[in-house]
Amino acid sequence: MLHCGLCLKYNDMPDEIKKDLPANFKITIDNITIDVAPGTTILNAARAIGGDVAPPAMCYYSKLEGSGGKCRTCLVEVAAGSTADPRPMPKLVASCRTTVMDGMIVKNITSDKVTDARNGVVEFLLINHPLDCPICDQAGECHLQDLGYDHGKEGTRYKFARRTFVREDIGPFIQLHMTRCILCYRCTYVADQITNKRVHGIVDRGDHAAISTYISKAIENDFSGNMIDVCPVGALTDKTFRFKNRVWFTKPVDAHRNCKNPECCGKATLWLRGDEVFRVTARKDQWGEVQSYSGKPGWICNTCRFDKKKTSDWNIEGVTPISRHSVIGANKYKKLEVPQETIQEVMKGIEPKLLMNIHNVSEVNNPNIHLSEIERPANSGDFKKAGQHIIGDGESRQWGMKPLNGKEQTNEVD
Amino acid sequence: MQALTTKSKEVSREPMSFWEKMYLPAIFKGMMITFSHIFKKKPTINYPEKKRPFSPVFRGLQILNRDEEGRENCTACGLCAVACPAEAITMEAAERQPGEENLYREEKYAAKYEINMLRCIFCGLCEEACPKDAIYLSETFTPADYQRKQFIYGKKDLLIPHPTEDPEAYKKALGNRAKKEPVN
Repeated sequence: MLHCGLCLKYNDMPDEIKKDLPANFKITIDNITIDVAPGTTILNAARAIGGDVAPPAMCYYSKLEGSGGKCRTCLVEVAAGSTADPRPMPKLVASCRTTVMDGMIVKNITSDKVTDARNGVVEFLLINHPLDCPICDQAGECHLQDLGYDHGKEGTRYKFARRTFVREDIGPFIQLHMTRCILCYRCTYVADQITNKRVHGIVDRGDHAAISTYISKAIENDFSGNMIDVCPVGALTDKTFRFKNRVWFTKPVDAHRNCKNPECCGKATLWLRGDEVFRVTARKDQWGEVQSYSGKPGWICNTCRFDKKKTSDWNIEGVTPISRHSVIGANKYKKLEVPQETIQEVMKGIEPKLLMNIHNVSEVNNPNIHLSEIERPANSGDFKKAGQHIIGDGESRQWGMKPLNGKEQTNEVD
Repeated sequence: MQALTTKSKEVSREPMSFWEKMYLPAIFKGMMITFSHIFKKKPTINYPEKKRPFSPVFRGLQILNRDEEGRENCTACGLCAVACPAEAITMEAAERQPGEENLYREEKYAAKYEINMLRCIFCGLCEEACPKDAIYLSETFTPADYQRKQFIYGKKDLLIPHPTEDPEAYKKALGNRAKKEPVN
């Protein structure tokens, strides 16, 4: 029988062979057996089992046709090809591109070869990826960061200069940091399949390969923002959210609105800080992909993503469930309701006398200044305005003198 | 009930003996202990005039570090704030504009950085969390003050003096420990 899933896919099989195949294939992944439909990839079969058995994927995206096969993080060992031909496959195979066969035995986390190979792949992915997680907006929800934590080495063996690019604006809302790109091609598939016409792609080859729009041509279609959600690293980030806040200080809530765009599902996650909407993203499923609604992926349009930055624009459903192992859930209350203030009731309407109102003293989180309403990354000019309500510039409490640096002082005038 | 420590002694409820009723011997015994301390070495240090040596791991007031060119190290990554068990640290980030390269080391920097010293417990977790060598706990005590608002430390209070523009203050701010630390 057919041996190699790589060379012949189920869909390409002649009908007379298809006829002889059972309706469901029995496949064993890490000693867990599951029945899947013919034509399923090993990765999707493993995802059906769920948990640690599912191999990580950086380039494969189940909602994007044709994605996968580029990053090699989903490599698995096939210990037996099928019942008919139980020979093992000679090399590790990319599970996102290999379809299952009946009686196939796959080893993922139980195989040392796979772990070893995956560690190597992560090292390769990180060769050119800058370690600027403290600056990157994706930190905290970055797939490469998670992968690095699971499989990465502590140091680097790479001695040469990393490739660098000047950061680029893709349209008014999207920031491209080509230095962080791992060339997974997901965004180009988004541009291909979701938006009307593709205006950006990968130019050059090999080490010179780069995502570009050719002369920074602006992307003007309604769904270009989904590239941000699809990007596994911080290469494509939301410019309206850029540097405004860290992911783990914002509180994700599920919300929906009646979007007039028929293609837009209108269901999104709002990332709040207090009542301020800092960022709007599509809702993500457990694999970090955009959630599907009745079989259709829930892409959201640019109006929902970039223009509706008020809680009044949305019907908030509730707090997005976040894994308790994720940093995003750190230091947050798990409910939306604000506890009722009882002091006034007890004091019979007398306002409580605060010894100090932190907003009168503090320069951050000023309730009168909304960072989320600035349409670009905040800069020193915004903070000069933001700090005007504060008096109390003077000598440093710690060093007993004024800051010397003249320019800095203007930034700091409060 | 089981005693919590071995040092606890049960209170005696017996009537006092003749010596105990006399009262004065017990007083003299107590005073003897008191007066004997006059001739012992004084453990008190007259603080502002005389200072005790710091432990090498002493954790005092935070400082925000600069690199050797005087650019601020902090990139407002928020790891100190998320590590802070007292939630004393808050910050707001800004993007570095062209022309500000001599002020900030990375393309993002902390435009506002505040530590609420009323909340801070000086645990040093911010220092441990920092990936950019930007925050350190120095040898300085938090000074006392009469008003609560004086304890909200902003960037002007925390930033270390400029190493090239004000080398003397910078050296002073580094303290005694800095030179003992190995240079990596």
